[in-house]
Amino acid sequence: MSRISTDQVKHVANLARLAITEDEAEKFTKQLDAIITFAEQLNELDTDNVAPTYHVLDMKNVLREDIPKQGLPREEVLKNAPEHQDGQFKVPSILGE
Amino acid sequence: MSLFDHKVSDLHELLHKKELKVSDLVDESYKRIAEVDDKVQAFLTLDEERARQAAKALDDKLDATKGLLYGMPIGVKDNIVTKGLRTTCASKILENFDPIYDATVVQKLQQAETVTIGKLNMDEFAMGSSNENSRFQKTRNPWNLDRVPGGSSGGSAASVAAGEVLFSLGSDTGGSIRQPAAFCGVVGMKPTYGRVSRFGLVAFASSLDQIGPITRTVEDNAYLLQAISGLDPMDSTSANVDVPNFVSALTGDVKGLKIAVPKEYLGEGVQESVRQSVLDAIKVLEGLGAEWEEVSLPHSKYALAAYYLISSSEASANLARFDGVRYGYRTPDAENLLDLYKKTRAEGFGEEVKRRIMLGTFALSSGYYDAYYKKAQKVRTLIKQDFENVFEKYDVIIGPTTPTPAFKIGENIDDPLTMYVNDILTIPMNLAGVPGISVPCGFEGGLPLGLQIIGKHFDEATIYRVAHAFEQATDHHKKKPQL
Repeated sequence: MSRISTDQVKHVANLARLAITEDEAEKFTKQLDAIITFAEQLNELDTDNVAPTYHVLDMKNVLREDIPKQGLPREEVLKNAPEHQDGQFKVPSILGE
Repeated sequence: MSLFDHKVSDLHELLHKKELKVSDLVDESYKRIAEVDDKVQAFLTLDEERARQAAKALDDKLDATKGLLYGMPIGVKDNIVTKGLRTTCASKILENFDPIYDATVVQKLQQAETVTIGKLNMDEFAMGSSNENSRFQKTRNPWNLDRVPGGSSGGSAASVAAGEVLFSLGSDTGGSIRQPAAFCGVVGMKPTYGRVSRFGLVAFASSLDQIGPITRTVEDNAYLLQAISGLDPMDSTSANVDVPNFVSALTGDVKGLKIAVPKEYLGEGVQESVRQSVLDAIKVLEGLGAEWEEVSLPHSKYALAAYYLISSSEASANLARFDGVRYGYRTPDAENLLDLYKKTRAEGFGEEVKRRIMLGTFALSSGYYDAYYKKAQKVRTLIKQDFENVFEKYDVIIGPTTPTPAFKIGENIDDPLTMYVNDILTIPMNLAGVPGISVPCGFEGGLPLGLQIIGKHFDEATIYRVAHAFEQATDHHKKKPQL
């Protein structure tokens, strides 16, 4: 049985903000299905009473003094922007025509 | 004979005796790059003008107080940001990215007054084991140009093996320093998670990534790790632990050392020549007075699956920032903002990167999070406990770095799962956060093999002690590729 359908792959691509073609959708369906099937070997392990490890070192809530300081200069920050205007990043209209 | 056949400490002495100039070292780098980089293709960007100016300035102010790394030429993997020096992650999406600050490790190199020669090729966003996923070029193995150098830090390892730089920095998320170091016959260390600041390392999988040194000798490796380690207020995951003097650990004495050899690391899938080279290495250490026993890390076989779910999930979140708005590539024909995001990312990312973003997005999506992502994080706990159990009784764990020597270019490219299996012996250490080194331990068909030595959290010193003792007792590291 297939673990993931082409429709699901298209849905995931939309969530990931990736434009994909029909061919790519089919290819990813096969490849992701193989990887997910492989990953399901984890179900051989009983982990009901195991806590997840999100971080390997025993530290949490690393805090520092809240001292204001100068940020990066605006013109530097805009230097790598594909398009900018009046000191701001410029993008196409959000809703189209 | 190349200047880079000398150790850092010898070059340092020559500099101070005025028998050598920093300019000579920098010349050696660019001369060698001009000779061989057409073949090896390790470098994406050279910083020659600034490097030569820096060398001249360093020669003028050299005095007896200068540190050990003063004037040493280094290459930097292209996912570590360098102010004013193009940093691409070998991706089209960052093809013209000009960083506006330096990574903490780069600042530390500047404090140590090394000279940056250029930026090194890698698999796109560090996703890969062969450098075939670079969007720009395929780095080749200096020992055999038909073979891959490994990855993702393939350029970092190949440039050192080819004598283009004295040493380099790489990054390791699932083996990306150790595997190419093994394939290229050099020394590569993945430090403990948290040992080295990740500030300015373009994030792939934030809970696994670590920057580390690739060098010709264990001693040089210890010097370079010393220089880049330490707590950094800019990285909240960097650890507040003392940085010991790693070089002083290189005593050559391993008497009474307790070595664990996991049966899982010498089992199925590991090529016979690789297995034999590790058994020979264990005999060498036994001859030096170390003791060894076979142990089990029973959850090893689950590491690969857990790793791909966790690393891809983290990558899908980290790579969301590449949207064509603030920096990087932007599609020329977007109708609206959503279209801009989708086309920019579709055109800017390569296939492997997209595949992992897709896998990660799926594993984190509603309805699948518990079954895949959380399950993998629970299995990660079991893998970490395997290491904790063994380290209660043993000082280090030893095994091969890779199941085979370097494979042919094109051999594994069409099958993601086969490619992923290359990392099976290096992934568990990233999941557990423990440090590991690869040192040369033999050859098979003219291709280098790597011995992996794994230690407890923040015990790189013991790893270095064992690696150095082994290196001094063998000649593998003295062989050089003929280019």
